[in-house]
Amino acid sequence: MRLPPGQTLVQDWPVLSAGPTPQIDTADWELTLQDETGADHRWSWDELLALGVEDVTVDIHCVTHWSRLGMSWRGVSLDKVFENVESEHEYVMAHSYGGYTTNLPLEDLLDGKAWIATEADGGPLHPEHGGPARLLVPHLYFWKSAKWLHGLTMMPDNEPGFWEQYGYHIYGDPWKEERYW
Amino acid sequence: MSAPPVTPALRLRPRSAWHVATVVETRRETPTAARLVLDVPTWPGADAGSHLDLRLTAPDGYQASRSYSIASSTPHGQVVLAVDELPDGEVSPFLVREVRAGDQLELHGPLGAFFVWRPGESARPVQLVAGGSGVVPLYAMAAAHGVAADTTRFQLLYSVRTAADTFFADELAALTGPAFGLDVVYTREAPDGWPDAVGRLTRETLAARTVPAVQRPRVYVCGSTGFVEAVARWLQELGHAADDIHTERFGGI
Repeated sequence: MRLPPGQTLVQDWPVLSAGPTPQIDTADWELTLQDETGADHRWSWDELLALGVEDVTVDIHCVTHWSRLGMSWRGVSLDKVFENVESEHEYVMAHSYGGYTTNLPLEDLLDGKAWIATEADGGPLHPEHGGPARLLVPHLYFWKSAKWLHGLTMMPDNEPGFWEQYGYHIYGDPWKEERYW
Repeated sequence: MSAPPVTPALRLRPRSAWHVATVVETRRETPTAARLVLDVPTWPGADAGSHLDLRLTAPDGYQASRSYSIASSTPHGQVVLAVDELPDGEVSPFLVREVRAGDQLELHGPLGAFFVWRPGESARPVQLVAGGSGVVPLYAMAAAHGVAADTTRFQLLYSVRTAADTFFADELAALTGPAFGLDVVYTREAPDGWPDAVGRLTRETLAARTVPAVQRPRVYVCGSTGFVEAVARWLQELGHAADDIHTERFGGI
């Protein structure tokens, strides 16, 4: 059983976003990671890719009731991104170009469960699907896989991000149908 | 763990919950769409622009859910939906062709506190841009604006295939007046004597028929992904700030 409750299988890839699609050139792209020490960890596009890009095949589940199974992605494991980061904080706020945010427990990003995706369906990630780079956290509803990823900030508490403030669930497990609070 | 920051959205949003709806009336909205009037005694009301999840359960227990924009609703009263039938759809053909007065449906909502308009929130003008059935949440905003007798300038640019495909045609016409302007672009066929060119919405038409960026309108765009992508890009090229452009898309399932 690979389809969570209340989901419908699709073959195409629907788009959901709250505003215009940001157009970001990889030459201008940057990822920052902020921890409580104030130390900034930064990666340019080439520096991110140099951490090691891997092939990932996963199912994705959107809160608006569609799922895609066995989708092929390429991206950098967040284990690599967090390798040299030391933080006592257990939560992360992901920030997007364009201002969107979403909150996640750190443990949901580690141990091979999450990636910064740069390719999907055999090609570069299209801007409307979050390119050049987005989070890929396939075990949670897909709004948690923030598009147009720009930054990660460590947080001591699980503060709600953009959609979570507008009524989406604080965690978002598709198998428990944690869609809304 | 500290409490999450309380935002206005958290305080004002009607709590979403499951509701049992009884179909009061169904009627043709367009050649491919139906209007459903539902009686929902437990409905808390909804901000204009919000949506709901509708769940069908088959006799064998199989369930299918879809999201639909709310055309209008009143607390403890009626919820009106307009559902376009999708080819190969699983839920929409049932809602458009099979549902009858007296049938019961399960709803979860209201949902969405971002793509909404509330009266009195801002004095800035509002520009709505609709593609096809994407007009439903924008009609909800225009109707709420009318009911509130809000004097904020509202304008709707509606791109639709033909006159017969127009959702809420009579209601939109009735809303037009000093505070609400309606512009229609027919993409396939216009009524006899229509003065404007027939064809897909262009950047030039968008520029000519919408509130200019210098007036800082709040802009709401709803339609297919292709429509929303094009319109949002043109709006930015015409000087509108990304933060002023709210988008919602339909399609996919």
